[in-house]
Amino acid sequence: MIILRLAFKSVINRKFTTLLTIFSIAVSVVLILGVEKVRTGARASFTNTISGTDLIVGSRSGGIQLLLYSIFHIGDATANITWKTVEDIRKRKEVDWVVPIALGDSHRGYRVVGTSRDYFSKFRYRRNIKLGFTEGHAFQDLFDTVIGAEIAKTLGYKVGDKIILAHGTGPVSLNKEHGDTPFRVSGILASSATPVDRAVLVSMEAIEAIHVGWETGDFQKDKVAQSPQILRKMKLNPKAATALYVGLKSRMQTFSLQRWINSYPEEAILGILPGVAFGQLWALIGNVEKVLFLISAMVVFTAILGMVISILASLNERRREMAILRAMGASPIEIFTLLAAEAATIAVFGVILGFVAVYGAILLVQPFIESLTGLYIEISTPGWREFLTIAAILGASVLAGILPAIRAYLTSLSDGLMIKF
Amino acid sequence: MTVISQIKSESPAVLLSNTDFRWGASTDSFRLRIDHFRLEREESNILVGPSGSGKSTLLGIICGTLKPQEGETRVLGQRLEEMGDLARDRFRADNIGIIFQQFNLLPYLSAIDNVLLPLNFSMSKKHACGLTQAECYSEAEKLLETLGIDIKSTAKQKAVELSIGQQQRVAAARAFIGFPKLIIADEPTSSLDEEIQSAFLDQLFLQKEKTGSSLLMVSHNPRIAERFDTITELDKISHT
Repeated sequence: MIILRLAFKSVINRKFTTLLTIFSIAVSVVLILGVEKVRTGARASFTNTISGTDLIVGSRSGGIQLLLYSIFHIGDATANITWKTVEDIRKRKEVDWVVPIALGDSHRGYRVVGTSRDYFSKFRYRRNIKLGFTEGHAFQDLFDTVIGAEIAKTLGYKVGDKIILAHGTGPVSLNKEHGDTPFRVSGILASSATPVDRAVLVSMEAIEAIHVGWETGDFQKDKVAQSPQILRKMKLNPKAATALYVGLKSRMQTFSLQRWINSYPEEAILGILPGVAFGQLWALIGNVEKVLFLISAMVVFTAILGMVISILASLNERRREMAILRAMGASPIEIFTLLAAEAATIAVFGVILGFVAVYGAILLVQPFIESLTGLYIEISTPGWREFLTIAAILGASVLAGILPAIRAYLTSLSDGLMIKF
Repeated sequence: MTVISQIKSESPAVLLSNTDFRWGASTDSFRLRIDHFRLEREESNILVGPSGSGKSTLLGIICGTLKPQEGETRVLGQRLEEMGDLARDRFRADNIGIIFQQFNLLPYLSAIDNVLLPLNFSMSKKHACGLTQAECYSEAEKLLETLGIDIKSTAKQKAVELSIGQQQRVAAARAFIGFPKLIIADEPTSSLDEEIQSAFLDQLFLQKEKTGSSLLMVSHNPRIAERFDTITELDKISHT
C-alpha cells in the first residue's frame, strides 16, 4: 500500500509533466471514444431514418436502389407500381396500413413526394418519433403542400406562400414548371434530421392533377391547361405509385408477405426489410469508420508512447529517490511496482478525464451537432465497446509502463544505495 | 520469531572477513578486498579513505545491496550471504538506519512523513515505536524535536522546502526511528558548513547514545575523527 501511496504522491509532485501526460492520454481517449460515438451516432441516424415501417415495396430492381430512392430520394425508380397492385397489397390480411409515395417532380432542386395524409401519422423516424409541424398542418386542399424544415429555412418559406413545382428531377434549368398549378404551403415540418427535411410533400391526387395533359412526359400542345378550380372538381384517382411503405399487423408475418410480394405474378415488384437494406448499404460505406478507428488507435499509441518517454526521462533524476527507498528496505520488486503503479495512475487519470470530457462535450454540443449536421448522437450509458476500448487503453498503458519499471528495477539493483553523480 | 530476536547480543555489529568484491567480470574492473573489518556494538567508527578507494562499496556490502563474490559478511550476528535477496532487504529495513550525503529525502513528502517512511517497510521498527499510528507519529515528532526541528511548522513542510541543514537533521531522524542497531552514514556532513556540521554531529551522537546503536560513518574530514571511538583507514585494511 505504501508503494501505491508513494506512486500517487510522486505523480502529484511532478505536476506539470504529469498533467501534460494525463492530458495527452485524455485527448486520445476523447478522440477514440468521440469517433466511436460519432460512428454509432451516424449509423443510428442512418438506420433510424425510418422506423415502424415493416416493408418497403417498389418495382423490381436492387434492394439498395429501392431504399435509396424511396427513403433518401436519391436516384429514380426503374418503373412505377400500378394502383391495382397497391390495392392488392393493401387488401392482404397481414397488412395494417400502406402509405404510397410518388416521385418524379421537384421544386428548386428539392424532390417532390406525392403521398397520402397517412404519411404524417405512419412515417416514423429514430425511435418511433412521429413527424411534427412547427407551423401549419397537413395538406387539406388539392394544391396544399407541406415542406421540410430545411427547405423552409433555406428558401425562406412560410405558411401561405405559393410555390411552383417542376416536372422532372434533373438540373433546375432543364425542368419544365407546372406553372398553372401553384401550391400553397399549408405546413412546415419540424426538423427530423432525415431526408424528409428536404422533401416537398403533396397529396397523391395533386400529383395526378399537375400531370393532367402531361401523360406523354411533356405537356401536350393540343391539350388545354386546366385551371386549379376545374382540377379540384375532377376525379383524380392515383394510377400508380413509385414505392409503398407498408406496416403489418404483426411483424411475425413480415417474411411471408415479403415472399408473396416478391413472387407476385401480375407485376415485377420487390419488397425489402428496411433494416436489412440499411445494413447492406452501411456495409458499403462502413470502411470509413475503420479508417477513423485506425487513426484514433494511432493517437492512443502516441499518447502511451509519450507517457513511457516521460517516465523514462525522469528515471535518471529519480535514481536517488529509488536508492532512498532501497535504503528503507524497499526491494527491487517494490521499486518496479512503484514505477508500474505510476504509469497506471497516470493512465487511470487520463482515461477518467477523457471519459468525462467526451460525455461532457456530447452533452454540451449535441444540440449544435444535430442542428448543424443532422447527426443525432444519443447520450446513453457507455456500452461494452466503450468499456472494452477503455480497458484496452488502460491495459496497454500498464503494459507500456512495465518498460520504465524494468529499467528502474535494473537501475536500483546496480545502483544499490550509493548514487554518485 | 523476528529477525531482531535472532540477533546474538554478543556478536559484533559488523564483521567482514576475507571479503572480495568485484564490479563486473573484467580484470580491469574495480575490486575491493578486505581481510578483516570489525565494528563492535555501540561503537562509533569513522571510515576514511581517498575517493575511489571503495568506501561506498563497503557500505553497500554491509547494507546487503552488494554481494561480495567471496568472504563472509556478518551484520548483527547474521550472515548476509545465507540470506535471499528479499530477506536481506527486510533485514536492512529492520536493523539498519542509513543517512546519505545530501538530497536524501523524498522531495514530495513532508519532513515528518520522510521520518515515518522506514516504518512502512519494517514491522519491527514500527512495533518499537508503538502499536498505533499516533504513537509512531509522536515518536517521529520527538526525534525531530531532539534534532532541533520545529515540529509545529518545519515538520509539516515538504522536504524540498527545507534548508540543507534541516534536511540532514530530518534524514538523521529517519535513520534513528525504530531504534535500529546499526547506523550507516555516507558523508552526511560534507555539504554542511563547519558550525552546522558540529551541531549535526552533536545531535547524531546524542541519538546514538540514546538508542544504543553502532555508528559507521564515511567522511573525508579528518577534523571530526576525534569524536569517534575508532578510525578505519580503508586503504590500510583493503587491497583494491
